[in-house]
Amino acid sequence: IDYTGTDPSSPCNKCLSPNETPCVCTINFTLEQSFEGNVFMYYGLSNFYQNHRRYVKSRDDSQLNGDPSALLNPSKECEPYRRNEDKPIAPCGAIANSMFNDTLELFLVGNESDPTPIILKKKGIAWWTDKNVKFRNPPGGDIPLEERFKGTTKPVNWVKPVYMLDSDQDNNGFINEDFIVWMRTAALPTFRKLYRLIERTNDLHPTLPAGRYYLNITYNYPVHSFDGRKRMILSTISWMGGKNPFLGIAYIAIGSISFLLGVVLLVINHKYRNSSNTADITI
Amino acid sequence: MTVPKEMPEKWARAGAPHSWSRKKPSWGTEEERRARANDREYNEKFQYASNCIKTSKYNILTFLPVNLFEQFQEVANTYFLFLLILQLIPQISSLSWFTTIVPLVLVLTITAVKDATDDYFRHKSDNQVNNRQSQVLINGVLQQEQWMNVCVGDIIKLENNQFVAADLLLLSSSEPHGLCYIETAELDGETNMKVRQAIPVTSELGDISKLAKFDGEVICEPPNNKLDKFSGTLYWKENKFPLSNQNMLLRGCVLRNTEWCFGLVIFAGPDTKLMQNSGRTKFKRTSIDRLMNTLVLWIFGFLVCMGVILAIGNAIWEHEVGTRFQVYLPWDEAVDSAFFSGFLSFWSYIIILNTVVPISLYVSVEVIRLGHSYFINWDKKMFCMKKRTPAEARTTTLNEELGQVEYIFSDKTGTLTQNIMVFNKCSIHGRSYGDVFDVLGHKAELGERPEPIDFSFNPLADKKFLFWDPTLLEAVKMGDRHTHEFFRLLSLCHTVMSEEKNEGELYYKAQSPDEGALVTAARNFGFVFRSRTPKTITVHELGTAITYQLLAILDFNNIRKRMSVIVRNPEGKIRLYCKGADTILLERLHHSTQELLNTTTDHLNEYAGEGLRTLVLAYKDLDEEYYEEWAERRLQASLAQDSREDRLASVYEEVESDMVLLGATAIEDKLQQGVPETIALLTLANIKIWVLTGDKQETAVNIGYSCKMLTDDMTEVFIVTGHTVLEVREELRKAREKMMDSSRTVGNGFTYQEKLSSKLASVLEAVAGEYALVINGHSLAHALEADMELEFLETACACKAVICCRVTPLQKAQVVELVKKYKKAVTLAIGDGANDVSMIKTAHIGVGISGQEGIQAVLASDYSFSQFKFLQRLLLVHGRWSYLRMCKFLCYFFYKNFAFTMVHFWFGFFCGFSAQTVYDQYFITLYNIVYTSLPVLAMGVFDQDVPEQRSMEYPKLYEPGQLNLLFNKREFFICIAQGIYTSVLMFFIPYGVFAEATRDDGTQLADYQSFAVTVATSLVIVVSVQIGLDTGYWTAINHFFIWGSLAVYFAILFAMHSNGLFDMFPNQFRFVGNAQNTLAQPTVWLTIVLTTVVCIMPVVAFRFLRLHLKPDLSDTVRYTQLVRKKQKAQHRCMRRVGRTGSRRSGYAFSHQEGFGELIMSGKNMRVSSLALSSFTTRSSSSWIESLRRKKSDSASSPSGGADKPLKG
Repeated sequence: IDYTGTDPSSPCNKCLSPNETPCVCTINFTLEQSFEGNVFMYYGLSNFYQNHRRYVKSRDDSQLNGDPSALLNPSKECEPYRRNEDKPIAPCGAIANSMFNDTLELFLVGNESDPTPIILKKKGIAWWTDKNVKFRNPPGGDIPLEERFKGTTKPVNWVKPVYMLDSDQDNNGFINEDFIVWMRTAALPTFRKLYRLIERTNDLHPTLPAGRYYLNITYNYPVHSFDGRKRMILSTISWMGGKNPFLGIAYIAIGSISFLLGVVLLVINHKYRNSSNTADITI
Repeated sequence: MTVPKEMPEKWARAGAPHSWSRKKPSWGTEEERRARANDREYNEKFQYASNCIKTSKYNILTFLPVNLFEQFQEVANTYFLFLLILQLIPQISSLSWFTTIVPLVLVLTITAVKDATDDYFRHKSDNQVNNRQSQVLINGVLQQEQWMNVCVGDIIKLENNQFVAADLLLLSSSEPHGLCYIETAELDGETNMKVRQAIPVTSELGDISKLAKFDGEVICEPPNNKLDKFSGTLYWKENKFPLSNQNMLLRGCVLRNTEWCFGLVIFAGPDTKLMQNSGRTKFKRTSIDRLMNTLVLWIFGFLVCMGVILAIGNAIWEHEVGTRFQVYLPWDEAVDSAFFSGFLSFWSYIIILNTVVPISLYVSVEVIRLGHSYFINWDKKMFCMKKRTPAEARTTTLNEELGQVEYIFSDKTGTLTQNIMVFNKCSIHGRSYGDVFDVLGHKAELGERPEPIDFSFNPLADKKFLFWDPTLLEAVKMGDRHTHEFFRLLSLCHTVMSEEKNEGELYYKAQSPDEGALVTAARNFGFVFRSRTPKTITVHELGTAITYQLLAILDFNNIRKRMSVIVRNPEGKIRLYCKGADTILLERLHHSTQELLNTTTDHLNEYAGEGLRTLVLAYKDLDEEYYEEWAERRLQASLAQDSREDRLASVYEEVESDMVLLGATAIEDKLQQGVPETIALLTLANIKIWVLTGDKQETAVNIGYSCKMLTDDMTEVFIVTGHTVLEVREELRKAREKMMDSSRTVGNGFTYQEKLSSKLASVLEAVAGEYALVINGHSLAHALEADMELEFLETACACKAVICCRVTPLQKAQVVELVKKYKKAVTLAIGDGANDVSMIKTAHIGVGISGQEGIQAVLASDYSFSQFKFLQRLLLVHGRWSYLRMCKFLCYFFYKNFAFTMVHFWFGFFCGFSAQTVYDQYFITLYNIVYTSLPVLAMGVFDQDVPEQRSMEYPKLYEPGQLNLLFNKREFFICIAQGIYTSVLMFFIPYGVFAEATRDDGTQLADYQSFAVTVATSLVIVVSVQIGLDTGYWTAINHFFIWGSLAVYFAILFAMHSNGLFDMFPNQFRFVGNAQNTLAQPTVWLTIVLTTVVCIMPVVAFRFLRLHLKPDLSDTVRYTQLVRKKQKAQHRCMRRVGRTGSRRSGYAFSHQEGFGELIMSGKNMRVSSLALSSFTTRSSSSWIESLRRKKSDSASSPSGGADKPLKG
């Protein structure tokens, strides 16, 4: 569901003007089929060059790994988001600075007056290795995060500092999973990232029954300036991961081509085998 | 890169000549050299080089800078250094610096280590040589000095079996007359002993006190590299004495059979002739090398193009998108416009895409060539048991060119023939001896010859000498005057040295085997050359010892082609004995002997017709007065400073006139083993063989027949013997017209004029039928002139076989040069003697036969072995494989790098042309040096398409190399296209998959790092599968390398992505946990499989189709081999098909004896009847066949036609 709001009829159109802060818009949509199993909620961005060389390198993995010296003295790679007002930025760099900060909420419109909010799970959206190995908060045991990040300042575009990303201690600071997901840069300019999990609660009810829903968006993230697009995607997965039409089509196509080729070659082989048998070397 | 070679010399190393510490005399180049004996102070004024030699390049301090400087003179290395510098600029750097520095340092280190070891051995040998001891006369006392302390002007004492320390003027020796004997094996490779003689005045200076007072001054030529020339003058006691090479002992010689000798140092250290000769040989490059360099340049151009495209893309992108994207990604401070950003990204892309020209290419090529060279060296089938010499690849850079040879230029003597001379026949005073007749008067065959004649009457006879004609011995015993004189000449007129270890056990050391054979013949017939001194020769004539006084030796050289001795016999009569080439000598005979001359000429023709080498013998009586006067003029001439050679020649010329003919000798020159078979095989492989020989036409043609170069299947053999430009031109034109005529009947209806305009190509293709061309030395001189060389070449190339006789060494080189210049073909010159050196050096590939005539040719050559027949193996097996492997290697190498690098190009369109790499930087670093290098090396070293027996069996397999089919620009573009195709799939299939994909736990999959791992893994797999497809011959090593590379890839991948490394260097190993996370995904594996299948399938399909629709010969051979393995019955049938060639050749071989002469010497009727008689002994069927052939042959050959009625 595209909620960028470039279309004037879109409810989010109003948010394009920078004056509206905070801007909240709501988009209605209908699920034709109910979603069984766990449902994954993604946000998708288009025309966003997370794979740009200067963007990709603009981070400091030592800092993100909780290295205290790198925390106060981030790598040069982070320029121009290395220091702000003589304070080191934590987390530094363009990637962190441009973190996606729209808030999405999903409501099932069961009956007109009383929409049911869908419970969106924040944790479990990042790789285990990222969360436990690659990203670590600065050391300090029981000391509150705020103390551990002392001496740093928040990235320029951020509203809140990094130690206030979440109230849960296990999901705050550098190990905030939203942050981790964002920091794993995408390979292509059009990408989607996992936003929330919608876990199946019981076996009797589908996770998301068919019906009308609305999406409540706190619109913070401007993409209009570079013709970007924002989407919200709901998907289920199989053993192979998410729905992937390309792979299926490709396999079918290649399979049939191979089969055809095999037949053709078999025919040719039959036809020419005799001749190559007899056409021996006559020098 | 050259490889350390085991050179026979300890010092004369071609590798490092320019590095001698040459102290130039202060006044510039030296014009003449003055050296005064026993006067070091005087000599020091001239600052001559000391005797210390230095062939090493570096010392410990200079090694690093000098070696690095040398290495960076290579374009490739500089290029990578440049890239390295680019990478250090942060705005540009798209890759971290170690991606370039790791391979660069690796390459530099390997080369440096190799250079260092080479140099270490040079240091060692230098030290060893410089510290050798020699006895120097200083202040009247003999002192032990090291070689390096010997100076010009010193007097040195040498003892037996010592090396000569510097170029010395021989002053005196233990032997009478100041003679001394040296062996020059290290200098020119000749193992026979040579005599040097001191000039008479100094030869008396036997003891130290006299020598200490010796203060002669030598003025001579400046240092040069001519081993056989020296001219100088000794000034002593107001007298002038001429000095020649005969008085010199050159450094590198070994003193033999001489107790001691004294010498005056003339040239020391780097000025010695030995060191002057060890120049750097011209570096030969193969055509593949040149093609490779061109291609690398093209690729480089391509790289720049891609860089420009991407830079423009970047400028546009930054302008259109980037400016607005600055919210999230502001520009660098230094970057103020999209244009400038594009400019920077151009350099960034140059860095990223540089892997299309991989640094490992050159190193790998060298490694492969080295491997091939070792294969040649280790080949047991090219090992000569008799001489215990293996084949040797002296140059490692030319191997694949061996697979492309189109023209072979061969010397005859010692190459095709064994250079073992057997005294076979002779003509004495008009009577021919040597033929053996049976009872009926027919010439007897080899197998049924009677017992050879018994020389037991002569206790000094050589047991190994065999002769069958008893009449000659009878003539000797009867005391025939001419016969005696004949053998007396043979025993006197030569330069052979004799050595008598025990009484009656004579050993002759001859400079040429001809002379040895002649002197041995004389010995057996009772004229035993016993010993010689510089002034006398002792001969046992029929048991009585007679000592002749040797007055002069008028030595042999290539221009004179004769040698004479002037002797005074015990009776006091002076007589000149001369032997020489017939053409030269017959002109100088006295007119009175005309009739004898005619019969002898007939005999000579007959001998030459049988392939024998002939010499004419003559003598002349001289008056005492005339001789005195002549000797005086000779002395004058020999004293002359300038043009001494010319003056001497004219003096010699004068005395060698009006001689009386004695007779002629004929020596049999035995063909080497397997020569005809080899030539036949090479001809079948479409290699044109030209024989360039100094022999006379008849001999050469005959050898041509006996080794199957000329066959009577040939439509015609053209013989060009014109003496003037016009004659030669006319003869060439006629030959061409004849070829044109026959081709016109085939149906090519274009006129002669047209042909001239479209020159070479048309004639060559139009010719039908087989022709051969025989051209004489003097005609060749005209034919090689600028305006005629094309005509000559055109004619010669249209012929199947070309024989040039009577050619000089220079002409040999000119002919090779001519073919090289106008035909874009690879030439190979093979020879064994010093006269072949120029040819060997000129040709693309020089092959030296390590045979009889010393090792000079071997030293100049690129490959050496001891028998001509090994050439077929070298070319058809090693050359072919080498070419094939190199081609496959290059194709694959370019393919894999394009597949690897072009992915970046496609990715550029999706990452804002920002020069972001697709892969992990470690992958980029290691891809070329670890993951993919060894399998392709293994293929390049071990691959073979058909086994060796097959490539000998089907010489046609050699043709793709000649036509350059396996690697040319077209093939290159196919490889490139395949590489690009692969790279497209490699990028877009994962792109298509990843655009939508998520992992099986719902988290994102399309992140950059997973993408990188997926693409890299599929690339490594595809490339490995591809090498599997390309490998035609699997060895354990291939398996090991391919599987090993894959294993290493995964091992390194997981190691790099492990937690441990990340904990240590979080900023360097950013891909932590990636391998586990990504490669656990079924989607990723499905993608990899899909990519692999799609990349490989077209290749497989294409190869399959080609195999069935348009199989080339090697495919067919391989296929039949498979079939053979399965079916024994078919096996036998196949063999028969393969053998037809050799059956035909069997016939041609049987034919050689009688027919060579029939074709070339029509006037000689007796010969042809003899030839016929030899046929009666053969089986009737082959006789009839050959007769039939002869008839059809004689229709086209006028010379044959003349004989025909007679035989009927």
